[in-house]
Amino acid sequence: MPYDVPHTVSPGLWVLAWRRLRTDRVAMISMAIVFAFLVMMVLSASGLIAKDWGVESGVNYAPPSFLGEDLEQPKAAKDTAPARSSAADAPTPLDIKDPLADALAEIRGQSGKSAGSATSGADSDIVDPLADVMAEIRAKGTTATAVAARAATLPFGGDKWGRDVLKKTIKGSETSIFVGLAGALVATFLGTVFGAVAGYYGKWTDDLFNWFYSVFTSMPSLLLILAVAAVLQQKGILTIILILGLTGWTGVFRLIRSEYLKHKGREYVQAADAIGASNARRMFVHIFPNVSHVVLVQLSILTVAFIKFEVILSFLGLGVPVDVVSWGSMLNEAQNELILGKWWQLAAAGTAMALLVTAFSLFTDSLRDALDPKLK
Amino acid sequence: MYAYIIRRLWQMIPTLLGVVLLVFILFNFVGGDPAYVLAGKISSAEQIENIRRQLGVDQPYYVQLWIFIKQVVTGDFGASWSTNEPVSQIILTRLGPSLMILIPWLIISTLIAIGLALAVAYVRGSLTDRAVMIVCTVGLSISILVYIIVFQYFFAYKLGWFPVQGWGNGFWENLVVYSSLPIIILLVVSIAPELRLYRTFVLDEVNQDYVRTARAKGVSENRIMWVHVLRNASIPIITNVMATLPGLLIGAFLIESFFSIPGIGREVLLAVNRSDFPVIKAITIYVAVATMVFNLLADLTYKAVDPRVQLK
Repeated sequence: MPYDVPHTVSPGLWVLAWRRLRTDRVAMISMAIVFAFLVMMVLSASGLIAKDWGVESGVNYAPPSFLGEDLEQPKAAKDTAPARSSAADAPTPLDIKDPLADALAEIRGQSGKSAGSATSGADSDIVDPLADVMAEIRAKGTTATAVAARAATLPFGGDKWGRDVLKKTIKGSETSIFVGLAGALVATFLGTVFGAVAGYYGKWTDDLFNWFYSVFTSMPSLLLILAVAAVLQQKGILTIILILGLTGWTGVFRLIRSEYLKHKGREYVQAADAIGASNARRMFVHIFPNVSHVVLVQLSILTVAFIKFEVILSFLGLGVPVDVVSWGSMLNEAQNELILGKWWQLAAAGTAMALLVTAFSLFTDSLRDALDPKLK
Repeated sequence: MYAYIIRRLWQMIPTLLGVVLLVFILFNFVGGDPAYVLAGKISSAEQIENIRRQLGVDQPYYVQLWIFIKQVVTGDFGASWSTNEPVSQIILTRLGPSLMILIPWLIISTLIAIGLALAVAYVRGSLTDRAVMIVCTVGLSISILVYIIVFQYFFAYKLGWFPVQGWGNGFWENLVVYSSLPIIILLVVSIAPELRLYRTFVLDEVNQDYVRTARAKGVSENRIMWVHVLRNASIPIITNVMATLPGLLIGAFLIESFFSIPGIGREVLLAVNRSDFPVIKAITIYVAVATMVFNLLADLTYKAVDPRVQLK
């Protein structure tokens, strides 16, 4: 039967891209790593993990468990730590975990006891609405002041006050990734809207936005960020997201503008005009889906760049406030610790960041190849 | 040619005006009253009034803007708020150390990156190529802070091969003793992204017809890569180097701070920490002008390297 051609729907851009992405092993692995970091960020933000990162659970500068206990506390010799690392390879993982587990159990037992006694005391008294809170505070106080119960080693070591570096790294990822993502979202949004308006309307609108573009690009973004940071005395996560967003939109703008210039004369846009679609509808309902892959790749590139920027700004003390832990502030502390031979905080923050950024960059490359095979 | 240069210079004026306006708005409105910043936390209303009069903040905004434009045109940005040194003096004395780091670094890193890019692009797709690219991606992902902290600790503090930080008086002393480690760190940080970029530039050329022609007429592979391909790939490379040059003055601020090198980048950071607005304003304007001039120079070099390019 000549006319009985089976009706098949040809797959769209996203389906094709996803198929290409799935065959790319590097892309899938890097995507899994990025996803794991995002899950970690969400869990940490919702308080499910690393909630007690501020608790001083180990001794000051507690070394990582695989190095074993630091015998010369507090006067630590510089060369002992590297020397022990070879000896520490011998014990099985089970042995390594033991001292910490004991210490943790001890701490838990103590805090549980004090919490229990406090609550029962409150029960016999007149009902105090703050009793639970007080119990919690007391429990915290007991844990923090129980110097004897502090662990001699921590899984990835401890900082100057004996806080768990692993938990700090997790908590720091929350700040660094969130700032990077949110800043990239703001910048991409601004760049897309400006680029769409400039490319679509052309004429004086285009001139105006191009002027904006040339003004912003004639200053190095780093200088602009530092200048804004100097002016805004009030520090906070929102401030730094705004700084990154307001200074980072230019790259997206240039690409989106040229895409809109290309698309606005196409037949489907004329057809949309013919059926009476408004300018805004043509711009964001008809054209936007056709350029959204460019936007997505730019968002990914900016996120990586902004995570790096956030780390530098926080390191300099120009980023997030001091009481918020970020990978940048950890590196700042680690700088002084390294002179004392305490390298673990540097290693933890540096590795976490390098792992995330490597995975994110590889994923971005694969994403770009998958969405735009012509480029490859 | 001259008409082109004059037109380009003329086009810089609205952009520069935009930069001036942006800096003016930033430092006069976004940050609040500059008098409060200068006066500090403990100050009476009378003191603040005095400072306002000194700074001209009590004038109407258009007068303030006019004062600022006059400062930009004459290049006289007044004195630093923290050291009282004239701003132009500060910038001039800080430029030397910055350039002493940047120029050797730029030359070495460009040469190494071009050489590696040609080599890697020649064996494109091979295991070597992929391994180098993976090393680049991983190297790029490590924060520059980690490189600086580790290198400074290991090579300067632990091994004592270089001074931990500082800056001397003699030219050769500075170049050989104090600049070496900063330049090495900058090289380690910068070669990975440059290599990645230049590799794509070279890859765009190696499949062109002229390469096949050259090979067909018996030109040696070395000559093809180093003469034919390099000449064509050097166009985007030059544009890239020229365009990034002014930004490097600021980009080296971390290395300058860590090693106490009295350069422009460190000055910016100091000024940001001290809220020394005149210094930041002046450096922002100068760097913007430098960026625009270097963009023009990049386009002119473009024309010199590739005669096919038409300057419009």
